[in-house]
Amino acid sequence: MTAVSDRQKLAYVNSQAADGRVNLEFETQEGMTLNMGPQHPATHGTLRIIVKLDGESVIAAEPVMGYMHRGYEKLTEVRTYPQVTTLVNRIDWLGSFANEVPFILAAEKLMEVEAPPRAQWIRTILFELSRIANISLFVGDMALHIGAMTAAFYAFRDREFVLNQIEAVTGGRFHPNFDRIGGLKDDLPKGWIADTKAAMEKIRDFCDEMDDLVTGNEIFQARTRGVGVIPADVAQQFGLSGANLRSSGVDWDLRRDQPVGLAWDQADWKVWTHPDGDSFARFWVRIQEVRESTKIVDQLLDGLPAGPIMAKVPRIIKVPEGEAWVATENPLGEMGYYVVSKGDLGPFRVKIRTASFNNVSVVPWVCRGVYVPDVVTILASLYFILGDIDR
Amino acid sequence: MSADILALSWDSLDNLWAQSALKSVGILAAVLLPAGTFVYLFLFKMVSFMQSRLGPMETGPYGSLQLLAEVGKFLQKEDIIPERADRLLFKAAPYLVVSTVLLVYIVVPFGPDMTFISGAMTGGIFFAVAIASVSTLGVIVAGWASANKYSLMGGLRAGGQLVAYELPLILAVVGVVIQAGTMDMQQIVHAQAGGSIFGVDLIGNPYVLTQFLGFIIFMIAVQAELAQTPFDMPIAESELVTGYMTEYTGLRFLLFFIGEFASAGAFAALGATLFLGGWAVPAAWTDLNNNLFNLLGPIIMVAKMCILGGLIFFVRFTFPRLREDQLQKFAWVILIPLSLANILATTILKVAF
Repeated sequence: MTAVSDRQKLAYVNSQAADGRVNLEFETQEGMTLNMGPQHPATHGTLRIIVKLDGESVIAAEPVMGYMHRGYEKLTEVRTYPQVTTLVNRIDWLGSFANEVPFILAAEKLMEVEAPPRAQWIRTILFELSRIANISLFVGDMALHIGAMTAAFYAFRDREFVLNQIEAVTGGRFHPNFDRIGGLKDDLPKGWIADTKAAMEKIRDFCDEMDDLVTGNEIFQARTRGVGVIPADVAQQFGLSGANLRSSGVDWDLRRDQPVGLAWDQADWKVWTHPDGDSFARFWVRIQEVRESTKIVDQLLDGLPAGPIMAKVPRIIKVPEGEAWVATENPLGEMGYYVVSKGDLGPFRVKIRTASFNNVSVVPWVCRGVYVPDVVTILASLYFILGDIDR
Repeated sequence: MSADILALSWDSLDNLWAQSALKSVGILAAVLLPAGTFVYLFLFKMVSFMQSRLGPMETGPYGSLQLLAEVGKFLQKEDIIPERADRLLFKAAPYLVVSTVLLVYIVVPFGPDMTFISGAMTGGIFFAVAIASVSTLGVIVAGWASANKYSLMGGLRAGGQLVAYELPLILAVVGVVIQAGTMDMQQIVHAQAGGSIFGVDLIGNPYVLTQFLGFIIFMIAVQAELAQTPFDMPIAESELVTGYMTEYTGLRFLLFFIGEFASAGAFAALGATLFLGGWAVPAAWTDLNNNLFNLLGPIIMVAKMCILGGLIFFVRFTFPRLREDQLQKFAWVILIPLSLANILATTILKVAF
């Protein structure tokens, strides 16, 4: 064996990329390394979390991402603008329609086109429906991760009401691909408004049921209260957004704070925050968000303006040269598209800012010193979608 | 041996071999019938109803043959042993778990003469509680021999859980033993059937009424012993994949599965005998030594077991899971003091009346 100096060892380790950095950190500490994922029930997808354990308590945790990287930012460069919405549907696959909206808005901003009011209102309604579909599944999923299997089935059952309404308009339960530059593909079908109101009523019942079944449960509270506390300043430093930020007590909601032309300012609703910043707060804030979303949908359905659903846009869409950034408050948090156009049929470069990437980056900070079951609780409460992390 | 069994007739029932063979078949029936009933009735049908889904419907009438289909499925699966596993222990662990469950049933009476051991077994309940805890040894062995970190953590969690919940279980049983004045399960059944509550003997004295606190503690401890939600940390499928069973496939997994539900049946049988009056109905209604009860006893017993089994599975599919430290705290700070207080109160009342 040739003698290897510590400096050489360090140089070798430093030369490795992300995995190498993780290894250095983990091999120099006492304890057992547990590889949670890439195939693990708690990560619902292929997120890998390397956990360093002392008994059951966690010394360090490190998320390793990229197992599901599909290269959407690069793919957008070889697609035309109307084709991109098909791609971005698959980023956060539980709230697909919400992914299309910021991209379309960015393209409209560059083209200086504005969709007619009716289209904007229907966009907002579908946006909120996809938020409900997304977060109602979270509610069941969080309960499942804490061990209550029954709530998950109720969530799958009641989410179906919303998915049916989305399907009735767009033709797709999961991947609608319905938003167009300048408006929408189709108008609402006949009888849809009454059906949707009935569905919203059912979703409110679902929220009440979950409050009875899960939120008020003592074991659930014992498992979530005080677990994974993220103070407001830490949450802001890590760039958390959406309900994760609001549950740390930061009153921040892009729907209210940033006018993008959609119809949120036409409805009367409330942004809920929670001072605790723990897993329970994140769960509670999301349930309130579903309730508020149903209210928004109800009010917008009442005041839906008549008129066309498509603005005048050329048949072949060419976006003039320029750069635009549009972000919206998606189910998982702030989602934004930075679109650079060179005047071609497709974008020159698109940077996609997804919420889950930042939300998961707080895991090493928040998972120090907790127990193994708490890691699962924290992961569930931070609520990420794998497609949204890796895109 | 086989000739003896073939020559079996009603006259030769004194024959030792014939009796042993009959008892083996009886034990298997006593273990597998309740286990199968529990799986079909509660795991398939009741839970499907609770979770608003359909459950098995196509295999046989109301999906009742689904169980056989599942067994067939497991038998076909590839038998995988991890490369770094301790092969002998890995193979032995499921049999250890199942065999202890079979042994629990030895002391449970199913009728006036329907016992697996002839004559009195004075230490009956003592034996049952002792042998039931051996199955956890199989779980720890399985967790260690699998050479998997998740399995190891599941096995160790099961070990910690055993130490914590064996105590309240035994202490809850002690209350019954004090009240009945015997550890023989048959005598406990007779004591309940022939007993009276403050002189009223209309419904006998099922100890679920006079030992209500003991019954609650017993059921909670059973829930933990069986590793059912909210105490299913050894399995904890969202954290440890499936805990100690992670590396098991095919027949060995099936054995663990049978062990899990058969021990649910075994503890339901113990609970039914200790607290619900066992195979008997109150003695004020009828003569318990009637030969008819050798036929009715098992039916009454299984019905009572199903009540307790339904309770166990209802809780399992209603509650979330506790954390390991919360479970330990719950056992040592709440359950054990409560069960000690229960014993104290029982003793004082026993001496006073």
